[in-house]
Amino acid sequence: MTLHTLSVLVENKPGVLTRVAALFARRSFNIESLAVGPTEREDISRITVVADVQDAPLEQITKQLHKLINVIKIVELETDASVQRELLLVKVRAKAEVRGQVIEIADLFRARIVDVATDSLVIEATGPGSKLSALLSLLEPFGIREMVKSGIVGIARGPKTLTDRAVDRQAR
Amino acid sequence: MTPHKAAEPITGAQSIVKTLEALGVDVLFGIPGGMILPTYDPLFASKRLRHILVRHEQGAGHAASGYARATGRVGVCMVTSGPGATNLVTALADATMDSVPVVAITGQVPTTSIGTDAFQESDIVGATMPVTKHSFMVTDADKIPETLAAAFHIASTGRPGAVLVDVPKSSQVAETTFNWPANMDLPGYKPTIRPHAKQVRAAAARLAQARRPVILAGGGTVIAGAGRELTELVELTGIPVVTTLMGLGAVSDLHPQHLGMPGMHGTVAAVAALQRADLIFAIGCRFDDRLTGRLSSFAPHAAIVHADIDPAEIGKNKAVDVPIVGDAKEILKALIEQLTERYASQPQADLTAWWRQINHWRGSYPLGYPEPSDGRLAPQHVIQRIAALAGPDAVFASGVGQHQMWSAQFLTFTQPRQWLNSGGLGTMGYGVPAAMGAKVGRPDAPVWAIDGDGCFQMTGQEIVTCALNSIPIKVAIINNSSLGMVRQWQTLFYGSRYSNTDLHTGSDDQLIPDFVKLAEACGCVGLRCERPEDVDSTIHKANEINDLPVVIDFQVSRDAMVWPMVAAGASNDDIQYARGLAPQWEAE
Repeated sequence: MTLHTLSVLVENKPGVLTRVAALFARRSFNIESLAVGPTEREDISRITVVADVQDAPLEQITKQLHKLINVIKIVELETDASVQRELLLVKVRAKAEVRGQVIEIADLFRARIVDVATDSLVIEATGPGSKLSALLSLLEPFGIREMVKSGIVGIARGPKTLTDRAVDRQAR
Repeated sequence: MTPHKAAEPITGAQSIVKTLEALGVDVLFGIPGGMILPTYDPLFASKRLRHILVRHEQGAGHAASGYARATGRVGVCMVTSGPGATNLVTALADATMDSVPVVAITGQVPTTSIGTDAFQESDIVGATMPVTKHSFMVTDADKIPETLAAAFHIASTGRPGAVLVDVPKSSQVAETTFNWPANMDLPGYKPTIRPHAKQVRAAAARLAQARRPVILAGGGTVIAGAGRELTELVELTGIPVVTTLMGLGAVSDLHPQHLGMPGMHGTVAAVAALQRADLIFAIGCRFDDRLTGRLSSFAPHAAIVHADIDPAEIGKNKAVDVPIVGDAKEILKALIEQLTERYASQPQADLTAWWRQINHWRGSYPLGYPEPSDGRLAPQHVIQRIAALAGPDAVFASGVGQHQMWSAQFLTFTQPRQWLNSGGLGTMGYGVPAAMGAKVGRPDAPVWAIDGDGCFQMTGQEIVTCALNSIPIKVAIINNSSLGMVRQWQTLFYGSRYSNTDLHTGSDDQLIPDFVKLAEACGCVGLRCERPEDVDSTIHKANEINDLPVVIDFQVSRDAMVWPMVAAGASNDDIQYARGLAPQWEAE
């Protein structure tokens, strides 16, 4: 598996997410995760797509995405030059006798307990995919009843911003 | 501050009409219906806009495309919501595949009804997303001018394509003001026009040094209006040129360095030259599968310089050594400049041996055809005679199938925008409505639809539109009484089992429909030609009629096949110039 994280700045307009998602489907590209939300500018949204592709198809995806009229800017977030995080909410079976152990595991991962019931806990954790996978594998033996992930969001390290770069490009 | 004098309030529908007028539109093709009715009312009053009432929405779309292809301007069509809009989908997909600037305006149910599965509601923006360059829905009447302006801009710049503008009835009846010029806000749309100088230099060096180079020109050179520059490059370098199905006419077929069309039904010389080339300079083409044959064995010795305005085409199918992104005309100009400079000190590599080999192929394997043994007309002969008698400025539109390939092979194209066909989507039925659109855009040019008996039965009803609107096109039905290309594949690959390809339109068969009677019933002149000796006189007769559309039923042999041919999925090296006959490739 070769995972690539693309940050896509798009116009905040109806149907844009559909266009991006439909493009992946239409060109047979696999999406591993997709997250969308507002940015510091009201007129621009940001989509973070993780795709499982080799380099040549990645170039083709990027070029095809650029052809969408509402797409303003695309950058690939390299793992070591960016911060990439995902939010995990997981409901774990935890009767009183094992609750302590589950909490201990959560603490080790700096995760938080956000809900407690007589025989279950909801744990909230953020981090890169690898950390969340490690947490989940430790929780597995207790019984995972329900799990939800946000999809990865990412931001480049350093002072430069993606919106600045997009606006620079327009000014040129 | 003095207050602006408020513009006079008008309806959204009036704003649509005013915007189209302001954009310089002179004609649109369409059919009214409930959800576009508000716009048809002010359209009725417009003195600048000619509306041509077609008989099916697909016809409106192809007519807009034919108009656009023949004139270089944006073609416009207008239809109602629901089935009106969905009937347009094929034509939009066709235009986008072939990079034709078309703007479609569709009515839509009022915004309050959207999503309720209202009568004649269809999510046409959603349905056309994958087959248009872009689409809009205008829910605010104030945004009509800027949205239509953006639609025209997007459709006609960069790599052109179809753009759909969906206008709910509520926006058409709302009160608004008309502000012009409109401000377009397209922060994500910046096509690259000027090529990178470094890439052009690299291309020039490759072209000058190659020993077996070929220039491969596609439809992009026609769209860019780069025919003259292309011819100049060909002559400056002395390099052989081939033009793809979409690029026919970019360089005159009569040019001595033109080897014809490459691809599945290309000339042996064009196909072989690409296969043996050490360099291919491809401009405005996309290496589609009909051109390359089995991709892994396409042009195995060639370095590829690929120039296109759409960066996504570069490297999509064929790996590229020198990519150039930009407008074909700009690229060619820059390249000519670079090469001229270079030739001052270094000459072009010697191409004598390469031309000797090419001329051998040209001499040994010219385009040709056998006389039919059933006594009926040879379709290739009919098309050759039409080319000879139609005049040098004629525009030809075709449907899809054998007659399309014979047209590509046997018509003579001497200028760009003379040839309209459905290359990418392969839409049967493109011919008649496209010819209609072309004739509307270029009323002084003779316009011929070279159609098939199958194609004509898909969209032929537009001859009614032609008859009623003084659009005197000529339709040559190359009638082999069957779905000819499918039949050819059945002959070659399915043991001559003719499953569902017999159309019974032959005069030796049931003659249903009788195209002559049908033409007459539709207000056109109908002619039939069955004997070789009558071909010329029939064409002359058609040429003499300039006030009515003419439909000629040419009864041709159903056993005629399109050659040369590279079987689907085969290597271009395995081209056959007639059934079972492959060229003798000399040892290299």
